[in-house]
Parts: sequence; C-alpha cells; structure tokens
Amino acid sequence: MGMEKPVIDALGYTFMQHAVAISILASIACGIIGTLVTVNRMSALAGSIAHASFGGLGLAYLIGIHPLIGATGFAIGSALVIGAAQKRSDTAMAALWATGMAAGLVFIKISGTYSADLMSWLFGSLLAVSGSDILFVGILDILILLVIAGLYKEFLAVSYDQEYSRLQGVPTGFIRGLFLVLAALTAVMLMKVTGLIMVIAMLTVPAAIAEMFTSSLRMMMVLASILAALFSLSGLFLAWILDLPPGAVIILLTAMVYFTSIAIEKIRSNQN
Amino acid sequence: MNPAIEIRDLSVGYRTGKPVLNNINLTVMQNDFIAIIGPNGGGKTTLLKAILGLIKPWKGKITIEGHPVASKAVRAGMGYVPQLIPGKLFPVTVMDVVLMGRLGNSGLFRHFSAADRSAAEKNLRRLGVDHLSNVNMYYLSGGQKQRVLIARALAGEPDILLLDEPVASVDHETQESFFNLLAQLNDSITIVLVTHDVGSVSAHVKNIACINRTLISHGETLSADAVSRAYGCPFELISHGVPHRIIGQKHQEGSSIENNFNGNGKTSD
Ligand SMILES: Nc1ncnc2c1ncn2[C@@H]1O[C@H](COP(=O)(O)OP(=O)(O)O)[C@@H](O)[C@H]1O
Ligand SMILES: [Mg+2]
Repeated sequence: MGMEKPVIDALGYTFMQHAVAISILASIACGIIGTLVTVNRMSALAGSIAHASFGGLGLAYLIGIHPLIGATGFAIGSALVIGAAQKRSDTAMAALWATGMAAGLVFIKISGTYSADLMSWLFGSLLAVSGSDILFVGILDILILLVIAGLYKEFLAVSYDQEYSRLQGVPTGFIRGLFLVLAALTAVMLMKVTGLIMVIAMLTVPAAIAEMFTSSLRMMMVLASILAALFSLSGLFLAWILDLPPGAVIILLTAMVYFTSIAIEKIRSNQN
Repeated sequence: MNPAIEIRDLSVGYRTGKPVLNNINLTVMQNDFIAIIGPNGGGKTTLLKAILGLIKPWKGKITIEGHPVASKAVRAGMGYVPQLIPGKLFPVTVMDVVLMGRLGNSGLFRHFSAADRSAAEKNLRRLGVDHLSNVNMYYLSGGQKQRVLIARALAGEPDILLLDEPVASVDHETQESFFNLLAQLNDSITIVLVTHDVGSVSAHVKNIACINRTLISHGETLSADAVSRAYGCPFELISHGVPHRIIGQKHQEGSSIENNFNGNGKTSD
C-alpha cells in the first residue's frame, strides 16, 4: 500500500505542506502550555475548555460568524469561569464540559450545518488546514513564547507554590488568568489539528512523557514540544501511508509511546 | 528594644461565624526567639498566615516593625518556612526553589540577577545543601527539604523568620545542629517558631506562647517547670478547640488558663 503513495510525494501537495507546517507550529504551543497544564494537574481543564468551546462553534454556525471566533469566545469564557470557581473548579469543569457539548449539538441541529463540518471539529482536519489557520497558530506561538520568556520565573513559582509566590508579591491571580486564557487558545487551536475529542491527550501526554526525563520546567517545555512535533509529524505520514485519519493516528502513536515510557520507567525504578 | 510583631485583639478564621483564633494579643520583640506551641488544630499555622498577611484579620490589627502587614516592603522583610507537606513530583530543582525567595527582590519581565543567584548560593552553603542545588526537590529527604525551605526564606534577607513545625520531620541529631543554626541566626533576626512538640524546643528558645484558639499563655520559660506553668495545663491534655476539657486533678491550671486569657500570663522565676 505504501508503494502507491511514497511519503516524499506527499510533500508535493499544498495541503500536506500546510499539515506539516501546522503540526510543527502547534507543537510549540502544545509543549509549553501542555507542560503547565500537566504540572498543575489540570488536564481536566483542557478537556473541559475544548468541549465547552463546541457550544461556541454551534453558535457561530447558527448566527453565521467564523467558527473559530465562536469557539475562542466560549473557550476563554469557560476558562475564566473555571478560574473564578477556584475550590469548586472540578464541578465547574464537569458542568462546562457537558453543557458546551449539549449546547453545540442543539445549535448545530437548528442551524442545519452539514455534519462533515462537525466531524472535522470533533476529529480534527489536519488535511484541510488553511493559510489563516497557520497564521492563527503562528501568532499564538509568538504570544506564548513572549509570555513565557518574560514571566517564566513567575509561572514556575505560581505552579510550584502559589502561597509563597503571593508572599513574594507575585500577582498570582493575573498569572493564573493568563495561563487559563493561553490554555483556552491552545485548546481551540488543537481542535483544528487533532479534533476536540483528542485535545486532552495532545496537551498532556507529550508533557507527561517529558516529565519523566527532566527535572526542570524549562527543559520539560522544550522536550514536550519536540515530542509533540515528532508524534504529529510521524503520525501524519503514517496516516498518509496507511490511508487513515491523521488525528487518530497521531493520538494512537502518542499513547503507544506514553505507555511504553511508563513501562520503561517502572522497570528502571524496580531495578534500583 | 522595639517590638518586631505586634498583634492586638486579633480574631481570624476561614469560614464566617467560625473564628479559628479569638482575641489574640501578642508582642514579639526584636531579636526574640519565641516558640508558639499548642495542639494540632489549635490555630498555630493560622496565626503565622495572619502575621504574613496571607489571610486578613476579621478583627484587630497586626503590625510588623510598626507598619501594617499589607505593604509589600513589610512582607519582603519576613521569611517564611511553611509546614512541610508531602511533596508531589514537580520539575523543580533545589536552586529553583531557593531563588523563589528572591522573587520579591526581582520583578516581572526580569531574569534573576547575579545578586539573586549569589544570595541563593550563599544560603544553600550556609544550610549545607549547596551540593544538591541541581537535584529535583522530590528526591530529597525530609531534613534536606526543610533546609532548602529555610535557605529560601533566608535568601530574601529577612528581619523576621517564621518557621512552621520545622523539626517535625528531622531526627534528633539534625535537630541539634538545626537549633545551633537558629541560635546563630538569632543574633540578627527575630525568630518565631511554631511547633506542637514542646519537648524539642523548650531548651532553645527565649520565650514561649501557647495557642489553642486563643492565647493561653505567653512568657519566658526556660525550665520544664516554667514551661508547664506557662501552658497553664499539661500540653497533651488541651484537646482540639476545647481548652477547658482538662482532667479534674489539673483544676488549678484550668483556672490559670482563664487568668491568662489576657495574654500577659508572664511566669515568674
Ligand atoms: N484553609 C482552611 N480552610 C478552612 N479551615 C481551615 C483552613 N486551614 C485550617 N483550617 C482550620 O483551622 C483550624 C486551625 O488550623 P491550623 O491553624 O492549621 O492549626 P495548627 O497549625 O495549630 O495545627 C483547624 O480546625 C483547621 O481545620
Ligand atoms: Mg499547623
């Protein structure tokens, strides 16, 4: 089967070039924000935001605005609700998760949107990435890199010891808010790549693997980005060869490496 | 000598209608070395948090060297060693942690300066844990973690050092060297040490205050006898939130608790 579709040919297609570009760009945001999501033990947050933004998608289809705008609005809105809920944030996350999906389905039904559009948001549409999608991810990367470069020590301190950060005069509320907004934008962006159902995996698994091999947050971000890029590019080409949906192949590959790493980690620690 | 910490009529808690601390009056003088003792749940940690400005007083007032706690400069003058909680795996090195003690001296959108790093290194050396500076916090022993947290508190060059249960997780020998270090620091720094284990501190401190929801006693106590009088009751018998539930035989001490509610129950020598 690979014979009829040599990998090198794939790069001749514009849609494949776009897919490669967005995979690499998405990995940067994914590695950095995924690291913060993972060390703050907030993977449910990513899932919740992604599913809540489905409501925004539905609304966008219904009132005829760009779906990305609807999704982004809902994502940021739900991130801020979760942030405000604080101690009840797990309940807030669960509620937003389900409400977003339900609202989205209702809006979409009313708007009469063709279901293929829907499927592309649920399962990703890596092979139908537009130039403006790439621009969106590029801008998001720059934003995230600037924020992390300027506020790295604050993000580290607030993630590790919020109380002590507050004592040191760090604006912890602002840092957490910024984190939630960036996480929301990243979740929306990842919907384009792997689909909303798989956003959690893409955000947390590369970071979780990276966490096993490093003891600095900075290195974890770098390693998670590299891993995310490796998984999404190899998943993309594997999907091309096997003629399977790329989002799903990327996740399967990622999960395989994750479980293998856990096994290796277990064996290593048993030997010591 | 000026007061370092002054607490007047402090009441504070977490849930409305359920104050954890009631009418606390306490003055800690500069260069004092005071132990705050009391049972688990008695509100010791809460008192420290109020002093640090982490929780707002419901009633009353706290001043640090004459200034209200809220100001940033005042907070920067206090070093805090929190109660050790079982650490979760987190990608943070010992050096990273100690540098957090310098956040107040730095600012947003800035990297730690050479001065920040040398302050961190100096205090890691002082606590004898400089060889661990690149190790992940998770892999340290309880005693080592405790030293790192003290180094973090000292890195900010505080005038007042507040320690919450610092000897809970270290063996006897480590405790001895730990108290020697504190005695040394005490030459230039006011020290407030919280513990529920009176036996381990009585010989090392200058003053003792006993807190169980309210200040039971506060006074200079260097002998075992004086310690017991300062409590107003045998420590073990002060049960959670109920200072009066004291076994009959100790009725005298029971009444002395009442007498000491004003917080000035100085013990005579
Ligand atoms: N964050 C909190 N929220 C609500 N109640 C708390 C909180 N922290 C402590 N408490 C309650 O306040 C009381 C005093 O706790 P604490 O100050 O930690 O005592 P200690 O340090 O003397 O053991 C306890 O009854 C505890 O349950
Ligand atoms: Mg405590």
